[in-house]
Parts: sequence; structure tokens; C-alpha cells
Amino acid sequence: MADEHYPEDLRYHREHDWVRVDGDEAVFGITWFAQDALGEVVFYEPPAVGATLAADATYGELESVKAVSDIYAPADGEVVSVNEDVVAAPELVNTDPYGAGWLVRVRLTNPARLDALMDQAAYVAYLAGLGEA
Amino acid sequence: MSDYTSVTSEDLAQMLATIGVESIEELLEAIPADVRMREPLNLPAGRPEQDVLAHLRALAARNTSADDEITFLGAGMYDHYAPALIESIILRSEFLTPYTPYQPEISQGGLQAMFEYQTAMSELTGLPVSNASLYEGPSAVASAAYMSKLANGRSEFVVSRGVHPHARQTLATVAHGWGGRVVEVELRDGVTDPSDLAAHIGPDTCAVVVQQPNFLGAVEDLVPIADAAHAVGAIPICSADPLTLGILEAPGHQGFEIVVGEGQTLGNRLDFGGPSFGFLTASVDHMRRMPGRIAGETRDADGRRGFVLTLQTREQHIRREKATSNICTAQALNALAGVIYLSWLGRQGLPELGELLLHRTAYARAQLATLEGVELIHDQPVVREFAVRLDAPVNAVIAACQERGIHPGFALERDYPEYPGGLLVAITEQRSRADIDLLVDTLGEVVAALGAQSAGVEVIR
Amino acid sequence: MTPPTDFAQTAQQREEVRTIFERGAPGRRASHLPVLDVPEQPIDDVLPARFRRRGLPLLPEVSEPEIVRHYVRLSKRNFDLDSGFYPLGSCTMKYNPKLHERVAALPGHSRLHPLQRPERAQGALELMWGLQNALGEIAGLPHVSLQPSAGSHGELAGVLLTRAYHEDRGDAREIVLTPDTAHGTNPATVTMAGYRVLGVGTDANGGVDLDDLREKATDRVACLMLTNPNTLGLFDPNITEIARIVHGVGATLYYDGANLNAIMGISRPGDMGFDIVHFNLHKSFTQPHGGGGPGAGPIAVSDRIAPYLPVPIVTRTEAADGPVFDLVDDLPKSIGRVRGFQGNYGVFVRAYAYICSLGGEGLRQASEIAVLNANYLRALLRKQGIGEYLATPFDRHCMHEFVMSGGPMKRDLGIRTLDLAKRMLDFGVHPPTVYFPQLVEECLLIEPTETETRETLETFAKILAEILAEAVESPETARNAPYTTPVRRLDEATAARVPVLRQPLG
Repeated sequence: MADEHYPEDLRYHREHDWVRVDGDEAVFGITWFAQDALGEVVFYEPPAVGATLAADATYGELESVKAVSDIYAPADGEVVSVNEDVVAAPELVNTDPYGAGWLVRVRLTNPARLDALMDQAAYVAYLAGLGEA
Repeated sequence: MSDYTSVTSEDLAQMLATIGVESIEELLEAIPADVRMREPLNLPAGRPEQDVLAHLRALAARNTSADDEITFLGAGMYDHYAPALIESIILRSEFLTPYTPYQPEISQGGLQAMFEYQTAMSELTGLPVSNASLYEGPSAVASAAYMSKLANGRSEFVVSRGVHPHARQTLATVAHGWGGRVVEVELRDGVTDPSDLAAHIGPDTCAVVVQQPNFLGAVEDLVPIADAAHAVGAIPICSADPLTLGILEAPGHQGFEIVVGEGQTLGNRLDFGGPSFGFLTASVDHMRRMPGRIAGETRDADGRRGFVLTLQTREQHIRREKATSNICTAQALNALAGVIYLSWLGRQGLPELGELLLHRTAYARAQLATLEGVELIHDQPVVREFAVRLDAPVNAVIAACQERGIHPGFALERDYPEYPGGLLVAITEQRSRADIDLLVDTLGEVVAALGAQSAGVEVIR
Repeated sequence: MTPPTDFAQTAQQREEVRTIFERGAPGRRASHLPVLDVPEQPIDDVLPARFRRRGLPLLPEVSEPEIVRHYVRLSKRNFDLDSGFYPLGSCTMKYNPKLHERVAALPGHSRLHPLQRPERAQGALELMWGLQNALGEIAGLPHVSLQPSAGSHGELAGVLLTRAYHEDRGDAREIVLTPDTAHGTNPATVTMAGYRVLGVGTDANGGVDLDDLREKATDRVACLMLTNPNTLGLFDPNITEIARIVHGVGATLYYDGANLNAIMGISRPGDMGFDIVHFNLHKSFTQPHGGGGPGAGPIAVSDRIAPYLPVPIVTRTEAADGPVFDLVDDLPKSIGRVRGFQGNYGVFVRAYAYICSLGGEGLRQASEIAVLNANYLRALLRKQGIGEYLATPFDRHCMHEFVMSGGPMKRDLGIRTLDLAKRMLDFGVHPPTVYFPQLVEECLLIEPTETETRETLETFAKILAEILAEAVESPETARNAPYTTPVRRLDEATAARVPVLRQPLG
């Protein structure tokens, strides 16, 4: 398992998904907090390449032994590729959530939506708020 | 009266004091008066064990069991021999009385038995993945259909009339809930009519369902059926009798993606229809859409081999309304009987039993076909069951034969009006040549007598 | 009574685990079949080669003594109800009377073919008719179908009945309400019956949140599925108001019979306003669970639902020389069959024998003592040494089961409910149901049943106190438990990631 951390170069969605922007494309994944809550990930059901993802809607599923979690798209886009390494070795989501454990690469169709997401500081504050609730 | 409790009056006083109430009544105070029973349940008073035994014996005595007559009745459940060791093992408290294995550390016996069962069913059907069993045969067909719907999202089920009528009816009942439609394919010469099948399948076809051997006992030519289903992107499902799979080619080797069926023939009692077990095996593509429990092999903290319930995220207790099925329970004890039976029969015994059935059934069929007033409904290859048409009222024939100690088989008319006078005759290894000869003599005489009688009645009318 | 945490392995555990497929030797066998006593024809004449199996199934090659020893040894790797306390909440693990196996095995029952003509199965049909009537009386709903095979199957039949009822009135509805404490089977069933699930909240007393229900109960709602007492073990005193709200919008009220063991002879679902009930004969009426089946899930319904019942049902008509029983399957509005034949008759025989043994009064006493035992155990677990670590939410008497929360234990001792459960295994008791209902943090759902002795309940409380005291000193002991079981904690993640679901052979 990785240690808890939230990279500064990412933007975050309230459902604990992250996005890394790369030109007009972007990579999505789930945060350390999300993988910790889920436990050992055993299965990744990815979307089809070419699928259209809508911000705030689910695009796939991650399963642990005793839980299933929907994965939410932090932004609108069209799937360019899915991480087949995670399909083959889902534990990558636990061991390296921001690196080898990425889930999909998309072509962004509405980059303006990114402005609605949290930066690292806001997300960390958001997590702290969840703990208090 | 027995109630299997143990609270003495002293216990009661002490327990109430610990709880801090005066009476049990006080514990029930949350139940409002207007929904409390004012009168006792209107049921007979409780009785001591020996009286209950006597009553249940008296009821049993009013049934004609397979011990009380020479029976050729099949049509979905069969009087095969179940060896004594099955009962001796499954009546052990350790197998009989645990719950579903939620705590794998203390359930290794049951979990390993499930794993062995899954291995055996996978071997028999020729498909790599088996669940740990389902309720019974017809509802297993409905489960396979729902799985297919989850796989391709289509809603039309093309079902051969060779599939057990109860399975077709069950599928129609449950498919109505999730919006599935069932269309039936006619039989021709006793087997699924290829041209009628072709006429019914298309881009809306979710799955094609056939039975092997079919309800009339005929062996279906499975490969063209699987090919026809695949040609339109539908999923081929076969309901198979596992006991015949020592001699008949495995449906999984013939293009079928899901194989289901009734497991009663594998060492389970007749029990007036249940409990037995249903089975379901599938190709790897369908693994995560399978219903029911599945056992898997793993290791414990010390590296020892062990077994757990796995792929549980398919199930209702985790996925709730998105579960692949609402099924919580398997028929673990009946499936255990199944795998013990298959171990007893063994690698050589299963095909040997199949051959014995083939020869005895062929003999019975040929002998019956020589009788006046009896003709074959089809001449397809059969394993253990075949259909004939009688020139006499079939229900009266059955009743008359039963008066003479023989049950000749199942009357087809109600489920198959297209076969008036139809009788389905089943030959298990428990029916010797002498039994078969007696059937032939008895049926010949009864059909002659009743055939003449009914012909006479018609003349008078 | 502390079991060792560092113990010598038993012979069973030292032995490498082998499956039946890894025993035996080529050519070895257990079965010997009857001789072929009819003329043998060339095999191609009776079954053409294109239908015959190529590549025989690789079944075991073992002798009879090997099979018996294999499965008897396997059996010793199971814990079972006949060996010890099994307080699994919502499962009603009451004693399974030995008489039941004797009566179910009588050839007149066990060797009866399901398609035997009714005139030659009068004993079986009379038994089913008697069971139908008894269940109808216990539910307070007179029309019964015994056909469904399990609780989940009865639920599916019940929601399909609701659909048939509404459709028959030309009333299309699309929502089924389930409380947020519902067992997962309820929502799964709703989807399979073609409806959409909408959750209803729980109020501070553990009952249905009436305001939330009023808001969600609209004319688009087909049904509310409920169990009472609910999955928290609490009787909902607002049940008549709930029924009024649900019936007011034209919906049906469905009773999940999982918790019937609390109220037999005390209160009846029909009198509470329920339209449809399923029974779990394997729970309230003590069918042995068989390590996960078989069971049976008959349903009882009110007059307005009766025309849609699944077929067949058993009827009784009076004739000159006594009553005649028959199987009827041509009810014009029936939803149809939900399985083959008549249902799990072998289960009916045991349930019927149980009802005959107890009678109406005995059933009521069984429920009363189930409630007494649960409240006694609850009182014992609230005491010093346990109550600080395991909270009992909802300060009211429970019915036949109760929930506790391992929240304080997790915070103060650093062990989770799962650890507590695993450590119980070392003490020879089965843990309660854990992590259900999900509403309660680190939940334990405890159902002792009426057949346990006072001493057993007291021993269980002592075991819990001892495990918690041990955890104060050494939480690691529980975290790594169990130690004395045939295997220790198993790697479920690897089992799910790389599923090995059968043995590779050949």
C-alpha cells in the first residue's frame, strides 16, 4: 500500500477521483482516500475505448473483496485508452494510485469543466471536513 | 409436546430479573394491542415425538412410492440408485447443520466440497466455471436466461419445445418481471425443428435454449443449434441431464456458453420433487455475471491451502439492486450428495452406466414397438427415455397398469396436445430385463383391452 | 478457558489438504453396476458416433472406503450447529430435531415420484394441505403457495404477485420501497422483478421514518417491502400507520419472513396489514441448513392477491368416504410456475413435523423464549467488561435478535468487529452476523434462538468479556486470530483477483 498523499499537480472531484491534464487529453484515477476506503482492489471493469464520459457520471467499477465502487468521471471526455495493466493487476490501484494505477485516458470535450474541480489544498480540506462530520 | 427449549421456572425468574422486567409479556410491549393475537393459533395441540412419527408414517403409507410399484415414470426426475454411503455422509451433523460458510476458517469441509463439486460439474459439462449449485433445474434455466440478458441486453428467448414444460413455464413467469419474451420452437420428428428455429431467431434474440436429451427423450444435434444462435449474436444455453454426459458429448464442447440442469439424477432422492439441486456452468466470459455462491481456492496466513466463497461482489448482499441475482442460498447438501455420487460412480462408472441405460432403453423401446396399439412417436437416438403413442386413453391405461403394480410412464397430452395418447417411458438401471418384459406384457394387455373398449364407446356414440 | 495462541498443530492440520480428485489411482473404483441383461447391440446402432462423448470427464478413481474417509475427514473441518452455539443474526439457527430426518427418510415420502398421480399421493398432498393451512393461520393470510424454494425465491414470487395485481387493474407502477436497513436480497429481488428501488429512512427509534415514507409513497409505488421486527431486531410500533400510508396510495405491503421467529402466535403479519408474506421454512421451522441449502420459501397472501398465486396449489374436497386432495395448476390469473414440480417437499415434511410437535401453543412459547433469550443475552452483554466496548444502540427491549456496535471497541482497543469475530472461532462458538445491517457502525447482529440454554448464553458472554480483556492487554492477539481452526485467515483478495474455481485436471 502507498502512504497517504495527494499530489499538487492534480485536480480532484468530490467523489474522490483525480484528473491529470495533459494538453487536450487527461488521465483519470481514484485518490489514496478512495482506494483506502475500498480496501484491496480485485477487479476493474473499464469503459470501452471510444465511450463518451460525462462529468459527475459513473464510467466504470472497481471491486474489492467485499465492496463495489462506481468510478465517477471528474470531467467530460471521450475514452482514448484504458489502463490494461490495472485490468490485469487491479492491486496497482492500491500500490500506486496516482501512477501505474491510473484508470482511463480521455480526450477532453469540455475543458472548462475542470474549473469546477478542487485543487490539492481544497481537497485535503474537504477530506478533513468529512472526518469531522 | 416438544418445543426443544430448556428454560426452567428458576431460569425464567433469574433471566427476567437480570433483564429487569417482571414478565416476558413486558418484553413484547412494543407490539401494539391492535396487532396482537387475542386468540391462540388455531392449530392442533402439540404432540409427543412418537405420535408425530406415527402420524407422518400414516401419511407416507398413503403414497405409492417407487418402492411400492415397478415404475417407469421419469419426465424430469428419475429412480436411479443412490448408494448408501451418500446418506451416511450427508447426515453427519458437520454437513447437515451448518449455515452458508460465512466464516471460512471453520467451514473448510463445506467449502472444499463445493470446490470439488464445481470441478466435477465443469468436467461433465465441458465449461470452465461452475457455481456452487442453484435451487433446481427449471429455475436454473430461468437464471441462465437472466444472465444472458445481463450479457447482451436483449430480451427475446427462443426456447425449444423439447425443453421441460416446467422450465419453459418458469422462464415465462420470471421473464415477465424483467420484460423478457419467450417464443417456442416446434419439434419435428422428436427434435428441435431447424427450420422453425431459423424462422424464430434474429437480432433481438437474447438466447436460444434447448434440452439434452430433450423432454421426449431424443438426443438433440447440438452443434447446428449453437451455430445458429451464434450467427445472430445470441447465447446458446443447454439444459442437460448430467447423468448422460458420460456418453453424450458435453454441450460445452459443442459451442454452448451456458449449461444448466437438474441434479436430482446425481444421487438425490425423488422426494416428491425436491429438494434436489440445479447446476449452472459457463464460459469464462460469463463468470462475473453468474448467480449464486462460488467457492475458490486460496491460501491462509500460514500459506496453507484453503477455500473461500469468492467473487462475492456479484451477490445481493454487496451489490444490492445491481446484483446479478437475488439468490442467497445454494443447495449445498444436495450438491454434496451429487459430488459423492459422481466419485462413487467414478471415471469408468459414468460411461458404463450410460451404456447400460442405452442398451436397456433400446431393448424396451423395440419390445414396446412390437405391440399392437403402441407406436413410436419418434425414432431419434435416446438414452434413457422415449415416447410412444397408445391407441387407448392414456390416463386410463396408466391407472389400469398401476392396479397391476406397474407405473408405465408419464402422459404427454396435457403438456403436448400435439401428441394425443403420448406416453413417456423412462428406463433406469433399477429396471431389469424382467421388469421391462413385465411392462411390455402388461401394457400390451391393458392397451388391447382399453383400446377395444374406447373404440367401442366411439361406435356407440 | 483461554485457548492457546501458540499451539501444536493437530494431525488434521499437518496433513496436506487434498481434494477427492487428488486421491485414488488409475483403474480404482467404488461402483459396480447391474449386469447387462438385454441383448447388446453395436453401440453405433443405438447412439451414432457424432453424438458420443470424446474425451471422458475426469472424475475421481477412488474406492468406497477412500470416499467415506475423505468426506468424513472433510466434515471435521466444519463447525456445525450440533457442536456449538451459532448466534447468526437473521438466520435463526435453532436446533434441528432428529425426528425430522427420520420422517423425511420414510420411503413413502422420500421415494415418492413428483409426477405420481394425485390419487396415489394422497398422504403427501394431505401433508402439503395441512402445511398450507398452518402457515396461513400463522401469517394471518389464508391463501398459500408452497412452491418457492428459498426466501429469495419467495420474495421474487411475491414481488411478481404485486406486479400481476397492479397489471390486472391496468395500473402501471415502477417503484418498490425498501427500508435502508433491508437485507440485500430485497433490492436485488426488486430489480429482477422489473421495478426500481427507492430507499426509506430509519427513525431514531430504529423504525421506518414515517415522514420519509409519506413523502415517497406515491401512486407510482407498487409495494413496500418490510420485515417486522426489522433487521435491527426491533418491532416497529407504527406498523398500522405504515400499512395505512402504503394502502392509501394503492400499493401492496410485503412481509419478509426472515424474522418470523419473534412473533409466531403473538402477532400476525396479516393482522398488521401485510398483503404478501414469505416464510423461511429453514429458519422459523427448523430445516437443517446443510451448509447453504436446501430451504423453502412458501408465500401466504391476502384475498386480493390470491388469484395470482403461483401454481400448483393443493386443494381439498369432501367426498363420501373422506376428503380428497388434488393439485391444481389451472388458475387463470396465476403468475405461473416459479420452479419444477411442487416445491421442496422434503423440507415441507420436516416443517410439518415441527408444527405437529409444537402445536399452536408451542409455537408461541418458542417465539416467547426466543425473545427472552435475546433480551437476556443483551442484558449480559451490556454489563461491565463488555458494554464499554460494544455499544447497544436503541435503548429498548429487542425481539428475537439485537444489534451491537463495535465502534467503541475499534476506537479504544484498536480491534475491529471482524477481529472479534475471528477470535471467537478459537473459543468454539460461531460469531454473530457481522457488518449487517450496514446502518450500524462495526455491526454485530446476534440471534441466540429459543433452543439455547441459559448456560450457553452465559458462557458466550464470558467469552466476549475474556476476548475484550485480552484485547486491552494485547490487541494483536485478536487481530491475527484465529489460531486453533483448521486454517487461519484466508487470502480472499487473491481468490477474487485470480479466481481458481475448479481444479485443473488431466
